[in-house]
Formats: sequence, structure tokens, C-alpha cells
Amino acid sequence: MVTSKRSKIGDWVVVFLCFLLILVCLLPLLNIFARSLSASEALIRNEVTLWPIGLNFEAYRMVLSDVKYTWSLTWTALLTVICVFVSLVMTTICAYPLTYRKLKGRRFFSAFIIFTMYFSAGTIPMYLLLNDLKMLNKPVVLIIPYCLNVFYMIIMRSFLLQIPDSLRESAEIDGAGPVRILFQIYLPLSTPVIATLCLFYAVGRWNGFSDALMFMNDRTYYPIQLLLYNIINSISSIEISTQEGFSPPGLSETLKAATIMFATVPILLVYPWLQRYFITGVTLGAIKE
Amino acid sequence: MKTTVSTRLISLPEKKQKIGTYLRRYGILYLLMILPLTYFIIFKYIPMTYIQVAFKKYSIVKSAWEMPLADSNGFEYFIKAFSNRDFLYSLRNTIMLNLLDLVLGFPAPILLALLLNELRIKWFKRITQTIAYLPHFLSWIIISGMAVQLFAPTSGLVNILLNHMGIKSIPFLNNSANWVVTYVFLGIWQSVGWNTIIYLAAITGINPELYEAAAMDGAGRFRKIWYVTLPCLRPTIVVLLILSLGRILGSEFDRPYALGNALVKDVSNVIATFVYTYGIRGLQFSLTTAVGLFQSAVCVIFLFMANALAKRFGERGII
Repeated sequence: MVTSKRSKIGDWVVVFLCFLLILVCLLPLLNIFARSLSASEALIRNEVTLWPIGLNFEAYRMVLSDVKYTWSLTWTALLTVICVFVSLVMTTICAYPLTYRKLKGRRFFSAFIIFTMYFSAGTIPMYLLLNDLKMLNKPVVLIIPYCLNVFYMIIMRSFLLQIPDSLRESAEIDGAGPVRILFQIYLPLSTPVIATLCLFYAVGRWNGFSDALMFMNDRTYYPIQLLLYNIINSISSIEISTQEGFSPPGLSETLKAATIMFATVPILLVYPWLQRYFITGVTLGAIKE
Repeated sequence: MKTTVSTRLISLPEKKQKIGTYLRRYGILYLLMILPLTYFIIFKYIPMTYIQVAFKKYSIVKSAWEMPLADSNGFEYFIKAFSNRDFLYSLRNTIMLNLLDLVLGFPAPILLALLLNELRIKWFKRITQTIAYLPHFLSWIIISGMAVQLFAPTSGLVNILLNHMGIKSIPFLNNSANWVVTYVFLGIWQSVGWNTIIYLAAITGINPELYEAAAMDGAGRFRKIWYVTLPCLRPTIVVLLILSLGRILGSEFDRPYALGNALVKDVSNVIATFVYTYGIRGLQFSLTTAVGLFQSAVCVIFLFMANALAKRFGERGII
């Protein structure tokens, strides 16, 4: 009796701690959300905490009517789609041949690829290379240089290796070649890993900014995060207020919050639905061959 | 002698035929790999040839192979780096921030995974997990933006709450010591939930009979954790520890760059940001390539050392 009562109290403590965790994870976002919907005067008076005060959609209207933001959001979305496609194709055609145990040179290719995970030349050699390739400041520099991630390739390979060899062998007896086996047997069975890698590559591109910061000078092709960085650090806030002229000083604060919401919400809408998949993906990454 | 010659004579055309069928069947796999391998050669291996810039006097008109050797037998820029105050500071900060991350950030997901594992209510567990993964999907720019607003000395939510409790505002991001704490805390906030995934998966794999046996012996919640769960997690913990030890001199760029500001430069500059400011902004390519090479080399050495250490303690290691 005593022990069960004790463990019941323990259960409540656990629930309470988890509840605290949820609060700590969510409150910052709720605060930003409230700020984005509040009246700028309320922000200046420091009244806004977790719910909007003086509810209005002015900041969102301003973001959506400013070409600078809408273009950056569209460009980043487009870039993300292209990157995910290129990366998935590259990852698949790299991982799939490596699952053939009969492939001669398989060990060499694996070592050749995995070596780059442990030793990299560094930022500056990459910069010099891109300079020599004449890729600097061109949109392609945001797509190609990091399009194939070794760690994700290993996740894919581990997943494909779990598909029983007997499936492949029976298809080979029926006369199917490797490419046909890939398309008709392997890919249809790979939804979990494809979904996971889609999410990882998409998040990486949508949230990434350091490659743009280093290799891209053309402001037209700045991804949303870099634009956001400049806004948050008020590099362009003077610009904004002079453009608007009549705007009250607190408005730039609600504007920042609204921009943050725009850059965050797309991912937050997607990831919970893929949870089942990315958990398998992350776990597979831990398996080494 | 005679027999070997004769078998060779017979097997040569046969072997050729075998290679023919092998290529006809699997040649397409090599074709598939051409593109990825080209990628690795161009974007991973060719940059390694540019490493020689570290030992040479950089010249914009010459290729890396033609540049003249730097002074001090080519080590001029390594010597310069180690007498550069900014670099020494960034080296110190990299080690300091990574060590704090390791000491405080490494145990956090283990504790959280143990906590989540104790949660009996299935739907509440799933919701907690989903929300705990959320910060992982935010970019450092966004986290920095939120932190600047939340921790602002007068208008930030955290300081408003502190003021209500009668505590004076704390400049979380504008004072060196506070900044370091905030940096480490935000790192844990961002990654703790995500890093539980691997531990939770390992916990699911534990044989339930072990828990039953422990319960039979009268073990309570904490004893079960101490004598069953943690020992079963040991291999996972060791592998992840090796990886983090290997990264002790590695530096992220996004996190310190996004969170840093002019007031805390002395603690927020790490090697990656040093390379950015001196190399890409300051165009000192030889110096920053040298710094990058030093960093990569130390990382590899650390990884091998941590791996050897783990093997010595009877674990599998990663390499």
C-alpha cells in the first residue's frame, strides 16, 4: 500500500515536471505571437506578456504588403523545394549502390565518402574553390555545395539495408535490373526514410543562413533567415521607419515579431505530422555498420 | 608449374566473360554513383588541395599550386595566428563554450529521457515529446530574435516577471558572464528534446523482464533507473560522448554568430566566427586557412583519442 501511494506521488511529480517543460518550450513562441498581434503602444508600455493587447493585424498586413518580405519568403520556399529535390536524388543514388553486397569496391567507396565526415578542409578552401568555380554570388551556390549530407546518406543506407535481400533476389531472377528494382521495390518501401530526409533537408535549407552570409552578396537572393537577421539586428530598422515615416516607434517591434512568425510557422505546421518517421530516421543514424 | 599455366589458359576467357556479365548486371550501379562521387571529389576533396594556401603567401592571380611558400618554412601564418590576440580569444572561447555545453548539455537529454520514460499517460507523453522537439526546428536567428525580445532589460518578458518578484532586471545578453550562461542555457533549450530521441529508442529496446526481476527484488523507481535503465543505456551514452568529445574544438557558426553582439565580443567570438571575420570579411585567406586546418586536425586527433579511450573501457567505439 505504502509503496503504491509513494509511486502515485512520484507519477504526479513526473507529470508536473513534464508540464513545466512544455511551458518552457512554448512560452517564448506564445510571447512572440502575442507581440506580433498587439498594438504598438502596448508594446512600448511593456504590457504584452502571453496574450495580445489591443489585438490588430497591422504588422502582418505590413509584412504581406512589403515586396521585400514576400519575395524573400517566396524565394526561400522555392529554394527549399529545389534543394530537397536535388538532395534526395543525390542521397538515393549514392546510398542505393552501396547496399549491394556484391558491388566491387563498395568498401572503398564507403570509406572515401565517410572520410569527408571526419575531416573537412574548412570554410576558406570552400570559399576559394567556389570563387574559382565562379559560383560565388550566384543562386546555385545556395543549392549545390552542401546538397549531399554524408550523415543523411548513412541513414538512408541503413534503412535500405533493412529491406530483405530476398526481395531483391527474386526480382533479379525475374530479370529486373538494379534501376528497376530501385523504383519498383526499394523506393515504395522507403516512405519513412524519404519523409525524414525531406524534413531534415528542408529544415536545413529553410533555417540555414551561414552559406548565404559567406557566399552570397546579392541581396536579391538572401534567404529569409538572413533578411531576418538584418531586421532583428536593426541594420535595416532605420530604413524601415524612414520609409514608413509616420509609423510609431513600437511598430518596428511588432513587425519583427510578425516576421519571426512568418519564418517559423511553416516548419511548425509540418514537423508534428512527420514525428513517427523522423524518430525512425534519427534512430537509424545511430546504427553503424 | 605446368598445371597452373594450363588452368590460367582456360580461365582467362572465362574470367573475361564473368567480368562481362558482372558489368552488364551491376555496371549501372557505378553509373548511378558517378554523380555523387563527382560531388565528393569537387566539393570535399578538391578543397583539401586548397589547404596548401595555409603554407603559402596568398595571391589572387595565381593558383594555389603556384603561390610562393610563406616564411618560416611555410609556417608563417600558423605563427601569426598564435600571436593574434583575437584568435587566442576565439580559441579560448571555443573550448570554454564547448566544455560548458558538454558538462551541462550532455547529461540533460539523458535525464529528460529518464523522466519521459516514467510518464505513464500515453497521450500526454506523446504531446510532451512533440512539444519538446519544437525548439530543434527553430533556426538560431529566430531563437536569437526571441531571446533578444524575451531577455530585453526593460521590455522583455523574463525581466518583467523578475521585476514583479522584486528582483532587479538582469542584462542577460549584454554582459559577458551572463551571456555565457544564456548561450549554454539556450543551447540546452534548443537541443534537449531532440537529443532524447536516441535515448528513448534505446530505452524501448530494454528487455522488460529486467524490470520485472528488479521489481521482484523490491527495487523502486530510482533503483530501477540506476540498476537497469542506466546500465542498458551505457553503450549509447559512450558513443554520443565520443562524438561530443571529438567536437570539443569544433565550432558551430550559427549559434555564436546569431546570439553574439558587440558588447560581449570577448566571449562570443569562436574559431568559426574568427575565420568568417578575418577570412571572408578581411580577406586574410592564408591566416584563416591555417586556423581552419589547425581546427580540423585537432578535431580528428580528439575523435581518435576519445574512440581509443572508449575501446579501452570495453565499449565498441565508432571508428
